[in-house]
Amino acid sequence: MSDTTVNRFENEAITTTERSQWALITRRFFRHRMAVVSLVLFVLIVLFAFVGPWVWTWDHRLHPDQLPSTSTGPSLAHPFGTDASGRDMLGAMMKATQQSLLVALVVAVGSTFLGAVVGAVAGYFRGAVDSILMRVVDVLFVIPFLVIAAAIAGSIDGGSKWYHMAFILAAFGWLSTARAVRAEVLSLREKEFIEAARAVGGSSGHIVFKHLIPNTMSVIIVSATLQIAFAILSETTLSFLGLGIQPPDTSLGLLIQDAGSAAAFNDEWYLFYIPGVMVILIALTINFVGDGLRDAMDPRQTMVRR
Amino acid sequence: MNAMLDTPQSAASPVIAGKNLVKEFPVRSKGIVRRKIGAIHAVSGVSLEIGANETLALVGESGCGKSTTARLLMNLIEPTSGEVLYEGRDLTKLSRSQMRPIRRDIQLVFQDPMASLDPRMTVFEIIAEPLRVHGLFKNGGRQKVRSLIEIVGLNPEHRNRYPHEFSGGQRQRIGIARALALEPKVLMLDEPVSALDVSIQAGVINLLEDLQDELGLSYLFVSHDLSVVRHIADKVAVMYLGKIVEEGTTDELFSGPAHPYTQALMSAIPLPDPRKERARERIVLYGDVPSPSNPPSGCRFRTRCQLFQTLSEEEQAKCIEIEPLLRSDHAGRTRAACHYAEPKQLV
Repeated sequence: MSDTTVNRFENEAITTTERSQWALITRRFFRHRMAVVSLVLFVLIVLFAFVGPWVWTWDHRLHPDQLPSTSTGPSLAHPFGTDASGRDMLGAMMKATQQSLLVALVVAVGSTFLGAVVGAVAGYFRGAVDSILMRVVDVLFVIPFLVIAAAIAGSIDGGSKWYHMAFILAAFGWLSTARAVRAEVLSLREKEFIEAARAVGGSSGHIVFKHLIPNTMSVIIVSATLQIAFAILSETTLSFLGLGIQPPDTSLGLLIQDAGSAAAFNDEWYLFYIPGVMVILIALTINFVGDGLRDAMDPRQTMVRR
Repeated sequence: MNAMLDTPQSAASPVIAGKNLVKEFPVRSKGIVRRKIGAIHAVSGVSLEIGANETLALVGESGCGKSTTARLLMNLIEPTSGEVLYEGRDLTKLSRSQMRPIRRDIQLVFQDPMASLDPRMTVFEIIAEPLRVHGLFKNGGRQKVRSLIEIVGLNPEHRNRYPHEFSGGQRQRIGIARALALEPKVLMLDEPVSALDVSIQAGVINLLEDLQDELGLSYLFVSHDLSVVRHIADKVAVMYLGKIVEEGTTDELFSGPAHPYTQALMSAIPLPDPRKERARERIVLYGDVPSPSNPPSGCRFRTRCQLFQTLSEEEQAKCIEIEPLLRSDHAGRTRAACHYAEPKQLV
């Protein structure tokens, strides 16, 4: 070993400290500018939805005795305006965003987790386990989603709440994730590093959670971001059919629904565009955060390396 | 545990031994029923013994069952029949949970150092994994991983890097460090250098030799490169189509290979002296290895054997009908599975 290599090693010794895998992932995530901006924006939306109602004077309910009986445009007293039935739209937006976020996040987390585990287990064990799990998925796939959702939602006393919606949507959302993850795992399980983990004495659980799922992360994150869009849209659809979240509770889908499509082109534009833009903002920020996470977790992404 | 450690290993008693190992992979028909319509005879009755601090090389061409034999000895795949003896126990009869503590003693180094390292783990995590699996990480695991990285000659400052950031030789060192993490007694080396450049092979081979001296390891060295084998091995077993055709110490085998297949392999070793290289006898084998799902009767090598062609019809009949067993009652010093074995000086 020459003197120069020794020096180089010593120089590096000053700069590299030991980091855990999570520290490395976080560091890489924070180098992804769009992801960080989106994360900040998303946190602001979350604060708006969950802290806002405590701060703002008006809530999402109707107050026909205190508010004008026609819709009024944005003003200082009502930044997002009011609607014809006497509702302060800022208060309504806070509640609606909160409900939609709850549904979307619970669906995304629940269905992604379930889908990833079922897919990985089916792909890893193959044979009978795989056949049974995948037939269950097939059967659920052919059941018309709206019929089941309607049946479940309709039988809930007192109208469905956000957690009912989340449960119904998650019960169907995991299917596509499970299929995608299984396909990925089928090819991964033949890789030598899986055999290496087995040779070391790793249990099946260890292999599934430490090797297979981390290596399918890109597939999982992509399907999780799609799940969120799916959840918000399906929740809107169900609310439109009168099977989703019921008034006086509200959601972004319901607000858009209340505004009616004609509102987009007349004086009541704010009733339509404000919740609409919020849906887009949520979907976009989550997409960028998902992108950032996927890149941060894939060590082969060199884009943001120094 | 202590009793196991204290038992002195004499050179005579092997650390690990395989007896009559057979592995057949079923060939199934298409369709729903998937009847078994045949079997690939990957390993057919292989017996091996590896002593303490000893290197046994397993040599043969691609697809002859070398890697399968190594995995059978590790109990990574279940043999169709036969047994693996380690510390007086038959590994093939143990349950998964009984096998776990023994996994610590027998470790595997893979051929392809890229495929055998999880691309999503840092070097540190890869080497720490065996320790975590066996619950040994909490007691000074961090320090242990650091020293392992140094032992295999990597820069400890690179522990946060991912496998794709290393060269082939460095990756193989990572694989070796992982295999050493549990302080094994036996290391199965599955063609550990065949994916590496020749210049880097030497470094890894020397590392393996140093480690063996320092840690008293036993190696099963699977390879198809006889020059490397001659350098590192104490004993050599030559495999052809799932069977051992010849075995002996490295000296015995290289001074006078008696089986025609070994002779053919030896005649292909490049010699550094061009004059000798030009003058030597070359044995060229023609044709492909027969399908392991339908191996030839009698001697499995007879379809490509250069000696077989020179035999009379009666002599040939013996090769076709009677399976030759390993025997040492021929002129050479090795044990060869050939009815007409005769040693030949080739290298």
